[in-house]
Amino acid sequence: MSEQTLTSAAAERGPLAMEAISVSKDFKLGRGQTLHAVRDVSFNLYRGGVVALVGESGSGKSTAAKLLAGQERLTSGAIRLDSMPVEVSSRRAFRRYKSQVQYVFQDPFASLNPVHTVRYHLERPVKLHQRAVNVSQEVVTLLEQVRLTPAKQFLAKYPHELSGGQRQRVSFARALAAHPSVLLADEPVSMLDVSIRLEMLSLLDDLRRRFRLAMLYITHDIASARYFADEVLVMYAGQIVERGPAEELTQHPAHPYTQLLVASAPDPDNLGSALRGGAGRDRSPQPYAGPRGPASAVSNGTAVVGCPFSPRCPFADDLCRRENPALAQVSATRAAACWHLDLAAPEVVSGPQGGGSPTTQ
Amino acid sequence: MSAGDPPTPVQAPGSQPVLDIRDFSVVYRTPAGDVRAVDRVNLALAAGEVVGLAGESGSGKSTLAYGACRLLRAPAFITGGSVRYQGRRLVQGSQAADVLRMSPDELRRLRWREIAIVFQSAMNALNPVLSVRNQLVDVIHAHMRMPRDEAQERAGSLLDLVGIPRSRLRSYPHELSGGMRQRVMIAMALATEPEVVIMDEPTTALDVVVQRDILAQIVELKERLGFSILFITHDLSLLMELADRIAVMYAGQLLEVATAGEINHEAAHPYTKGLLNSFPSLHGPRRELAGIPGSPPDLRNPPPGCPFLPRCSYGTDACTGVDMELRPVATSQDAEHVTACPFVLPGTPPREVFPTPAEGRLDLPDHLRLAEDLRTAVEPGS
Repeated sequence: MSEQTLTSAAAERGPLAMEAISVSKDFKLGRGQTLHAVRDVSFNLYRGGVVALVGESGSGKSTAAKLLAGQERLTSGAIRLDSMPVEVSSRRAFRRYKSQVQYVFQDPFASLNPVHTVRYHLERPVKLHQRAVNVSQEVVTLLEQVRLTPAKQFLAKYPHELSGGQRQRVSFARALAAHPSVLLADEPVSMLDVSIRLEMLSLLDDLRRRFRLAMLYITHDIASARYFADEVLVMYAGQIVERGPAEELTQHPAHPYTQLLVASAPDPDNLGSALRGGAGRDRSPQPYAGPRGPASAVSNGTAVVGCPFSPRCPFADDLCRRENPALAQVSATRAAACWHLDLAAPEVVSGPQGGGSPTTQ
Repeated sequence: MSAGDPPTPVQAPGSQPVLDIRDFSVVYRTPAGDVRAVDRVNLALAAGEVVGLAGESGSGKSTLAYGACRLLRAPAFITGGSVRYQGRRLVQGSQAADVLRMSPDELRRLRWREIAIVFQSAMNALNPVLSVRNQLVDVIHAHMRMPRDEAQERAGSLLDLVGIPRSRLRSYPHELSGGMRQRVMIAMALATEPEVVIMDEPTTALDVVVQRDILAQIVELKERLGFSILFITHDLSLLMELADRIAVMYAGQLLEVATAGEINHEAAHPYTKGLLNSFPSLHGPRRELAGIPGSPPDLRNPPPGCPFLPRCSYGTDACTGVDMELRPVATSQDAEHVTACPFVLPGTPPREVFPTPAEGRLDLPDHLRLAEDLRTAVEPGS
């Protein structure tokens, strides 16, 4: 099967940078209802490694990133940076934290201030986070790092004078200005044209190598996660339903939701696709009929009952509707939260890696 | 139908296409000069056919489609060409109607009744202060003669058609999810049973799962109602599954037109090859992805010859003198497979070196690839 196992990947990557430990976030909706945006999510970010958080809109992936960025308060759980619990109670502590953990937003058209120049956007974080440096020299260096060259040409430009790709490069440069160890990239290429997405992902790939950044890559495009990330976490309704090495997980998805995601991705070679009314090679094990809904978990103050994917799942039975499966180890490298992995993905459960049957709590 | 049997264009020999765009040009007048947004484009749409129009943002795909319906306003001007429409209902003798010569009254009868558009962003295209019912009834009243209660009933059946419960007729756009809004847009476009539906990036903002649902629905409706689709998107991989024929547009011009299967396996134009190599694929082995370095040319002063030359890895001096005529691909089985590049054939291997960026270009080519070999080769700090 895949040569890429978690252990070899772990050997390649650097030291642990950030840990999210059982992180949860609830939003009160009023009328006694609570939205469990993020539920009991744990993962580690290593220097020089990329973790992809994949899921549909409303699955809580952006909220998870905002929790890590300190922009939202945790409902429960803990975040540790360099093995130290994160303390963002004071302004100064928050600034120190932000100099370590930077965020890249999805929409470069909205995240840059239209009335300020590129120089202004980059000088501010340099002055804020770095002491005693030559500010204008540093700004030029930043622009060169994101390959906006010659840098002098870009300093006086306003965001509207730049293309989408150039704008996103400026926001990468802004994030690098603080010399962070962790970069949280929230859909950094999804607003860009297909032809330049790869260029931008290559740039991010280059930056994380050069600066040994620990990167969280949030995306709804599982195909890009296959190419860009080391580890993929699949989120649904606020919880991680499957995790594993990128190549392995995308080629042999175990959780029914991951299987649905993979089967839904456009496949150019699938000319006899169901979309053409042909018989086709249907990749999904079963047609996914039934009610559709956003992947969010709402409860009336009490715990959410059952597996959140059960209304859409072809394998769902009474057990699924009654009890929410915990994320359990499936093989040496993989984990999934599903009661019926033996039905959904027999080849993963009894794969060559031999994880045995899924252990449940 | 067997899986390996790609559907051929349904255009019967000698039959008139529903929509025939010829030598069509549109410019945007700006103080700094004319921007040639669409430059002498030829594109025909046969009855029941799905034609995909692929290209980057700014390549002129939407301008072409809106121009063909005369939906553009100043500073956009149609500077040449013809657009002929021949639907089953709108038959004037054997003569196809010339859209560019239509009076405002004739245009009103053409739009929506004959050619409908699903606009790009459902979020903005729906009126936030009108209920779904009122917006649907509005369309029906504006373009068809129908009693009020019948129009109401029709609004309900349109929602049935796209799989939204009728109770949603009372909803306002903000109460619907993105996928539902897009379905309402499709229902609106189909309200008057048009012959041609232009879909401008109808699923771009949606999740893959929702996207697939909606596309499957579109195809099913097409089979049932028998309209033709001009599908505009920058996602070539999507078109491979959906379209019968694909037209690749760049800098206002068509660079290649062929069936989906030909584009997938026998792409001739370097730009098409570049696009194909731009999206990571989930299925099949990991490929080395290169992308397309650089950015599109300034259409105020388009360079002579091929507009793709500054970004083309096959480019030579001869390219500056090439006329952008679409020629049949010599090696292709398919006579309809045409390309604007006279030098590169489907099998031509890529050059070793990337071209140096053109003068004044700000983006440098990224040689970096996301391939596995590089991933391990450049691992730092070990």
